[in-house]
Amino acid sequence: MLGFSRPQAIAFALMTIAVIAAPFILYPVFLMKVLCFALFACAFNLLIGYVGLLSFGHAAYFGMGGYAAGYAAKAWGVSPEIAILLGTLAGGLLGTAFGWLAIRRQGIYFAMITLALAQMNYFFCLQAPFTGGEDGIQQIPRGKLFGLISLQSDMAMYVVVAIIFLAGFLIIHRTIHSPFGQVLKAIRENEPRATSLGYRTDSYKLVAFIISCALAGAAGGTKSLVFGIATLTDVHYAMSGEIVLTTLLGGLGTVFGPVMGALVLTSMENYLAQAGAWVTVIQGCIFILCVLAFRRGIIGEIANKLKISL
Amino acid sequence: MFMILGYPAPLMFGQLLLGLINGAFYALLSLGLAVIFGMLNIVNFAHGALFMLGAFVAWGLLEFFGINYWVALILAPLIVGAFGILLEKTLIARLYKLDHLYGLLLTFGLALVIEGLARNQFGSSGMPYRIPAALQGATNVGFMFLPNYRAWVVVASAVMCLITWLIIEKTKIGAMLRAATENAPLVQAFGINVPRMITLTYAGGVALAAFAGVLAAPIYSVNPNMGANFIIVVFAVVVIGGMGSILGSIITGFGLGIIEGLTKVFYPQGSATVIFVVMVIVLLVRPAGLFGKNA
Repeated sequence: MLGFSRPQAIAFALMTIAVIAAPFILYPVFLMKVLCFALFACAFNLLIGYVGLLSFGHAAYFGMGGYAAGYAAKAWGVSPEIAILLGTLAGGLLGTAFGWLAIRRQGIYFAMITLALAQMNYFFCLQAPFTGGEDGIQQIPRGKLFGLISLQSDMAMYVVVAIIFLAGFLIIHRTIHSPFGQVLKAIRENEPRATSLGYRTDSYKLVAFIISCALAGAAGGTKSLVFGIATLTDVHYAMSGEIVLTTLLGGLGTVFGPVMGALVLTSMENYLAQAGAWVTVIQGCIFILCVLAFRRGIIGEIANKLKISL
Repeated sequence: MFMILGYPAPLMFGQLLLGLINGAFYALLSLGLAVIFGMLNIVNFAHGALFMLGAFVAWGLLEFFGINYWVALILAPLIVGAFGILLEKTLIARLYKLDHLYGLLLTFGLALVIEGLARNQFGSSGMPYRIPAALQGATNVGFMFLPNYRAWVVVASAVMCLITWLIIEKTKIGAMLRAATENAPLVQAFGINVPRMITLTYAGGVALAAFAGVLAAPIYSVNPNMGANFIIVVFAVVVIGGMGSILGSIITGFGLGIIEGLTKVFYPQGSATVIFVVMVIVLLVRPAGLFGKNA
């Protein structure tokens, strides 16, 4: 079904049950944060895990999605579904421009270029009038879904966030397991060979980049509606680093890894909120540990133990 | 007061000098990155953090041991270089068989740890570092007052860049280094200890960053974020210049610093982004970088 293997279908069923049951046990706002970052990390993983492209500036698309959705909801008073769609569009458009530039170089240069472009975007957001500069956009209203259902209660908002997350997750899963996704994997394994087989690898990479950025924009837009703010933190390179870490910890190139990574890291940050700058130190240590000893990540290790692919 | 293109000349020259100073740091940092990348095949994301560490070591030497600027200028790069040897031996050496991206991720983690620890210890505001007595004040050079220390920074970095270039291009050690960059197994077969050379290359690149850090200490306040602000711009510089050429990194570094300085005069809002814009243009016109081979 939908290209799921049996273990994946079971894992997806478990995840869906967890998403449905969780708000009755845990604080919904925390869970919404986890789901937004999970979608963001899944979008990022589409590139690093399946095309082998390390985008070190994904905060740009996430943050821009947040600004676009937040601005539309606050200044134009559009309903939340339109705001999130606009956020998706903003992420996708920015991704089209930046991706078109960045795919001219490979490997390590690609990472440096995406990082530099994201930094350029950061300075742009610092000065542009619509972002509110240092203050960001505050008190973004959640509004009424389709103009009918108020999302003021956390539970109502949670349902919307959960649906967006699951939809995004399925879109990514379908992309990976489509013929298009097979070509992406071929590019990851051996790009010159894919070229020699007649694939325009640059076009494939660009389309994958745009899909990833649009979904990152959707995650950012949803996040700014949930918390009512969109700030410079969301476009800062530290956010880019965080999403790399999330995916690495959960498992690069696994479908469920980024979700697990988002759950673990968001919980850790919640728990360590008082610790201030120590959070950075701990994140750095996790980075080092993951790279040296734990390259498969949590889900990757589990899948390897059970000899299945997740 | 005479004018250039409708702008007062002292303003113009002042910004040009600031640009040159930034350019000096870009050159020193991108030079270190290029040397390390050539030999180790990793992009050292911790370069900014080690630049910052150099400044902090100089500050600590003065604060706790009363060791002055001139000694620190030699001692701090040695100390940070030794720290680099430790990092290479214990952590980075484990990655050579893996994809390049892991090197970037590991050194990013290192940068987070070093900067996080510095922030915990010293806060984000930073400490002042006095300009050494011999370089205080300014000289009237006719068209402007030239602060002595700033002139010194430009000269010192240019000399350091030149020395590095001479060592790599003109000495026997440099020849071995270049040979090992091309084909490490072959050089090893000739009986040269390549792993030790790799370690020392990393230490050397890192020491260059620390040297830049000490030079920067009296200009900017010594603070934990000073490296992070630089490193991403330096990445853009490296993309523009290409990491293949030593001289290329030096020229690109200084050149972009000057462009940035001039932008501050003509269009101040654009000064933070101008180097990134140059990068975009270079990517469009010459994707391999100005001095790069196709990689």
